[in-house]
Amino acid sequence: MTAAIEPPAARRFDRHRMWVVARTELRQLLASKDYWIPMAALGALFFVVIPSALLLMITAIGDVSVVRQASQALSVLPEAAQSRIRGDSPEARTAFALAVYLLAPVAVVVPLTISTAVGAASLVGERERGTGEFLAHSPASVREIYLGKIIASIVPGYLTTVVGFGAYSLAVNLIAGPAAGGWFFPTTEWMVMVFWIIPPFLLLTLSLVLRLSARVRSTAAAQQASGLITLPLIGIAYVQATGTLVGSTVATGWALGAVAWVVALLSAHLGVRSVTRNRLLGVTQ
Amino acid sequence: MHPSAGPPAGPTTTSLVTLDDVGHRFGGAVALSGLSFEVPRGRITVLLGPNGAGKTTAFRAITGALVPDAGQVRTFGLDPDRQGHLVRPRCGVVSAKPALYDRLSGLDNLVYSAELYGVEGELAPKVRDAAGRFGIAEALDQAVGGYSTGMKTRLALARSILHEPELLLFDEPTSGLDPESSHAVLELIRELTEEGRTVVMCTHLLAEAEGLADHVVMMEGGNALLSGSPDELTLRFWPRPVVHLDAEDPRVLDRVAAWPGVEAYRRDPGGARVELTDVASLPELITSLCADGARLTRVEPHTPSLEDLYFMIRRGRDGASAPDGPLAPIRGRWGRSELPAPQLPSVLDPPAHHDGVAR
Repeated sequence: MTAAIEPPAARRFDRHRMWVVARTELRQLLASKDYWIPMAALGALFFVVIPSALLLMITAIGDVSVVRQASQALSVLPEAAQSRIRGDSPEARTAFALAVYLLAPVAVVVPLTISTAVGAASLVGERERGTGEFLAHSPASVREIYLGKIIASIVPGYLTTVVGFGAYSLAVNLIAGPAAGGWFFPTTEWMVMVFWIIPPFLLLTLSLVLRLSARVRSTAAAQQASGLITLPLIGIAYVQATGTLVGSTVATGWALGAVAWVVALLSAHLGVRSVTRNRLLGVTQ
Repeated sequence: MHPSAGPPAGPTTTSLVTLDDVGHRFGGAVALSGLSFEVPRGRITVLLGPNGAGKTTAFRAITGALVPDAGQVRTFGLDPDRQGHLVRPRCGVVSAKPALYDRLSGLDNLVYSAELYGVEGELAPKVRDAAGRFGIAEALDQAVGGYSTGMKTRLALARSILHEPELLLFDEPTSGLDPESSHAVLELIRELTEEGRTVVMCTHLLAEAEGLADHVVMMEGGNALLSGSPDELTLRFWPRPVVHLDAEDPRVLDRVAAWPGVEAYRRDPGGARVELTDVASLPELITSLCADGARLTRVEPHTPSLEDLYFMIRRGRDGASAPDGPLAPIRGRWGRSELPAPQLPSVLDPPAHHDGVAR
């Protein structure tokens, strides 16, 4: 006969615990120079170094044949996009078009790459380090753990995007702004993309990556498999982002983003099922 | 034995944990097979058994970290599967591998745990107190990756008590520690029960269980071979006192065999082993031997240890004879599941009167 004791109050879902899981994961990332130094380098390369070099080349080399050809290539852009291009000279117009329309992948590739690296290692990493045992015995529910891990995976990628976006805006305006008749970046379309379209794609990607991370046996396997998921998603996100920037109205961008949010939230909700205490322990089910 | 051990700690109305006929498989491998035992409140219960006996799996079932395939687990009277959110906050666990975050400092590890377990109030003093208690406060600001094995174990122990749990589960807590650190850790565990906490510890080290256990559950093949307090178990297997004697001329000892009150006598090159009906007859026996001119070189009452008991059981299960004396049989409830049940030899057949063993 076992004595039953009045149990203390305990909530099924504790938002605070979810944030604690996320914060601790982020704290570990901060303590890992081998993670964040390459991450910062990647962001700097895509958001500052490559765009700056391209724009400097175009604005500095003048009206040579390369720029002329590039400027002629702008004619393939939709009429609406062409009408928004500013600048009197071919260099200015080319620089504007490059800055606004052709560097969209930067905002897509960087956050997805960085966040996927974190997400892929998150759950299987707990198991590999043995800390999954601690979590499995802890009061944290699998939902709190899963959502905490998703938040912790989104933050570094998205933070890089927002900071990089700021740095990119500064670089673009400083280099191409004078020729284009003043500061022109960010455009409304870019704002919609960075703050409305990229986040749901990140969430969708990570909800899938965490499912993988919960199931596979090693971080290496999780990262390999994550590539298979993220590559098509990068493609879709790129198409959507480019479409938003080049051929669509701002309203289309809002609508596409809304659809992406619905899909992402549904995927995140269903993804909770992939995390079980058995999987945190690393035992066969 | 634990100096504060009170009455025999068999299944009682104050059991904090009950496992009843619990079975679990990992794929095709049997981890638990009809495991049944109870954990008395406020005592140290030691799950004792070789690697693969199912000790860790039993631990996991107690907190609901693992849901067994069969049987029933009750912790604090609750079902850890359905009511894990009520069970786990009241448990403190130290797993075989300390399960610490190497990249974080000791302080961050403790704060993380305190927050997950919902420790209220200002955390810093509580964390420092817990760390100080286990002698790890000075190293709290260092990254755990730089800790020694002993420091990690101490930190894991400190983490396990931060939220003041009622039930502590320690899975081989001295694994990888040097003897001095092991001793210190066991002392700390003992102190925890003196505060009224219930401890379940699993180990394959007999010496560790010997000095610590109030209640022993001997496991093998996912099942409990027997359980009870160490005193109770040794009394059950060695009901009569045993004395080892030796003399300058050992042949003079042989006359002891004919003494009234001597149940059994055996002499080998190491001396004589005498089994008495009552230990009170020993002084008279010694006096008589001396009066007969025997020059005794050894008079040593034999206190059977858990180690003796363990190997007795193992020998019995392997089908060998038990050379160290007659065995009081025990009652067992074996093989109630569909899983293959361990078969005990006849020396372990149960008597009708005993109730302090694995159910």
